[in-house]
Amino acid sequence: MAEFALPRNSKIKEGKTWPAPKDAKNTRTFRVYRWDPDSGENPRVDRFIVDLDDCGPMVLDALIKIKNEVDATLTFRRSCREGVCGSCAFNINGRNTLACTTFIDETKGDVKVYPLPHMKVVKDLVPDLTDAYAQYRSVEPWLKTDTPAPERERLQSPEDRAKLDGMWECILCFCCTTSCPSYWWNGDRYLGPAVLLQAYRWIVDSRDEYTGERLDQLEDPFRLYRCHTIMNCTRTCPKGLNPAKAIAEIKKKMVERQI
Amino acid sequence: MRALRTPLARVRGLGSAKGGTSHWWAQRLSSLAMIPLTVWFVASVVAMAGADHAAMQAWIASPLVAGLLILLVVATFYHGYLGLQVVIEDYVHHEGVKIASIVAVKGLAILLSLSAILSILSILFQG
Repeated sequence: MAEFALPRNSKIKEGKTWPAPKDAKNTRTFRVYRWDPDSGENPRVDRFIVDLDDCGPMVLDALIKIKNEVDATLTFRRSCREGVCGSCAFNINGRNTLACTTFIDETKGDVKVYPLPHMKVVKDLVPDLTDAYAQYRSVEPWLKTDTPAPERERLQSPEDRAKLDGMWECILCFCCTTSCPSYWWNGDRYLGPAVLLQAYRWIVDSRDEYTGERLDQLEDPFRLYRCHTIMNCTRTCPKGLNPAKAIAEIKKKMVERQI
Repeated sequence: MRALRTPLARVRGLGSAKGGTSHWWAQRLSSLAMIPLTVWFVASVVAMAGADHAAMQAWIASPLVAGLLILLVVATFYHGYLGLQVVIEDYVHHEGVKIASIVAVKGLAILLSLSAILSILSILFQG
């Protein structure tokens, strides 16, 4: 049944405060979610006061500075530091986004950094994305054909290629999926916006020959129809994509093949 | 033993139900039907403000009005049932309670709409 309170072991406590160097003039406080599975303790929020005059401009720069200079146990994913790999997706001041493309200057007040919402936490800012990746795998996100592969490249008109714009740019950071209340409540059966956007990317690919089978696999009250057009996905996407529109297009195709 | 199944097996689960489209489409269509029907109903009731019981009965006794009222009742309870089913599926995660509440809401929608339709028909045919 519905749960109205956090379980006892999820209550977040006040953590440690790490002050800035004494001569720092331009400081900002970063309130960072911490949880260590080995300690047996509840999650806590540590306050790191960072000297911005000695730090790069992005939230990720501050996190890396904290890890390098203050507390090496702070755990988070990061790689490309330029919004291409999708690793450093966190909930920053209440919004899911990439730390590497979020300017510290453009945030207000204390910078609150939490892991992506409603996923199991592996440690600190690292969410467990195992099931989300398995859901991605389940839509078979690769070209499927019965016609033997041609000698040369598979041809596609510029118009058909243009239909993939707004989808190939997705970096699978799962900011959208983890911002979706429907995914929070039914993430075990609902595929979520990121995976549905990728599913649609193959449904509209003119080179693919499994469009009908792909629609068959999605036609399900939970896999697809848990989307209630809440639109958090589109609002939060750090790449400016529109997963909600892709889901709506899938629903249109479902009706189109029935009438 | 959740841990002994692979993530892909968990995610694939019982497979696609190959359904849901007619439910979704019916929800859109019933909401579309309710727009003109509700506007007509509210406007008519407002226009008849202060009318007595006999005037209301005479209004409903017209075949056109009775027909539109029945359409409104059907669209409203059908749409309401479809919507509540989605809410229950969203929030109720105990399988037994989920099925029981969906059946209960469906039964209630049928009973209430049937009683409304029978009331309209009885006025239509008996005045």
